[in-house]
Amino acid sequence: MYQFNYKKVETIREAVNELTANPESKILAGGMTLIPTMKQRLASPEQLIDIRNIEELNFVREESNNIIIGSTTNHFTVSSSKLIKEKIPSLSMLAEGIGDPHVRNMGTIGGAISNNDPTADYPAACLGLGAKIKTTKRELTADEFFISLFETALEEDEIVISISFPIIKSSFYMKFPNPASRYAMAGVFISKNDSDVRVAVTGASENGVFRWFEMEESLSNDWSKSSVEKVKLSPEGIMSDIHGSSEYRANLANIMAIRAFESINE
Amino acid sequence: MSLVELEINGSKVSQDVEERQLLVHFIRDDLNLTGTHVGCDTSQCGACVVHVDGKAVKSCSILAVQANNSKITTIEGLADGENLHPVQEAFRENHGLQCGFCTPGMIMAAVDIINRNSILDEKTVREELEGNLCRCTGYQNIVKSIIAASKKM
Ligand SMILES: Cc1cc2nc3c(=O)[nH]c(=O)nc-3n(C[C@H](O)[C@H](O)[C@H](O)COP(=O)(O)OP(=O)(O)OC[C@H]3O[C@@H](n4cnc5c(N)ncnc54)[C@H](O)[C@@H]3O)c2cc1C
Ligand code: FES
Ligand code: FES
Repeated sequence: MYQFNYKKVETIREAVNELTANPESKILAGGMTLIPTMKQRLASPEQLIDIRNIEELNFVREESNNIIIGSTTNHFTVSSSKLIKEKIPSLSMLAEGIGDPHVRNMGTIGGAISNNDPTADYPAACLGLGAKIKTTKRELTADEFFISLFETALEEDEIVISISFPIIKSSFYMKFPNPASRYAMAGVFISKNDSDVRVAVTGASENGVFRWFEMEESLSNDWSKSSVEKVKLSPEGIMSDIHGSSEYRANLANIMAIRAFESINE
Repeated sequence: MSLVELEINGSKVSQDVEERQLLVHFIRDDLNLTGTHVGCDTSQCGACVVHVDGKAVKSCSILAVQANNSKITTIEGLADGENLHPVQEAFRENHGLQCGFCTPGMIMAAVDIINRNSILDEKTVREELEGNLCRCTGYQNIVKSIIAASKKM
């Protein structure tokens, strides 16, 4: 690893000041992506600003029919929160499926969405539930936030404060995990709020997480298994690597969609 | 350099470290507690698992400076003098190791699994071991050891 300075901050204001004063610095949350990347010398920030001790970023609460989660809340907390289990069980299940227990003890929801790994799980929940992301500068919809793989709308000196998920019980996330890393080879999140259906896909596209509009339309017209089965994801623009071809991944997404749909209706 | 003050296996430590030093190297090279192992460079194998403030973490993926002011337990801190910890005892009884390289991480993970789950079945143990790799045993006896230990704790 290259040399860097390390600064632990206690408040959001302090974090923003540090980030503005030194544009070559990076936020450190759980470090479960950033530190492995720095170990491989694929990143070399001049300074790390450790936000894990900022109390005001670590919370889970219910507010006017939304569950709001502070950005440094770790995956274990989301997976075991009674409130989330009761209100949005699909979200606690998703968190429980991230990596392994040790990674879940450190990794945070804010880090996961800011990183926007094309195979990460949380981005699918944000898009699939229509979450809103509050930052130190503004509030963004999930559709505005996720731009492309490893790319978000976040500016250099902007920090994620919290993520607000509308309470939609009729929702489910199904992923086919890579057997080694547990990252999604294809993951599909479906939610249904009255007539509003949202479907998000992670792990598959070369451009990162995306909304599957064709599937949304088919399910909005007719909420049935045959509506899911008749839509097929095109292999064009779908990732192809040592773990699977585009055709294989597109087919996995089709299957995950069917399983997610069936689980909602169980 | 930054000053790191923490408690490890009940002893207080205070030392200057380079910001880039990983916790596992601080434990192994500076404190000479070589029970904690390094088995990969991809954060996947779990040979490096220790407890920081009671939570199992991969010490190869956190910085020593992040652990400032914490309480750490490593494999060396489990036994009570000559008396092995129940999980260590169960690994010995049930042949839960062969070469032993993964064992410190396995045992630290196992203690954490047992602490968090009141009832343990085979399926849960296997899921919970997702972050720990073993190249020798085929996991069979590791799972057996953890279930046996959970009944004694
Ligand atoms: C072995 C292993 C398996 C994994 N498996 C999975 C999996 O199955 N599914 C999955 O989704 N993920 C998986 N992950 C990734 C894990 O979920 C990470 O926790 C997550 O991607 C990053 O969160 P973090 O808190 O660790 O962020 P960090 O590593 O600290 O930061 C990641 C990036 O986000 C930036 N950042 C962090 N917080 C903020 C903030 N609040 N505002 C702005 N920018 C911020 C940082 O500057 C950095 O660029 C795995 C990781 C490992 C090591
Ligand atoms: S050394 Fe392999 S996970 Fe830490
Ligand atoms: S006993 Fe050899 S790696 Fe597990």
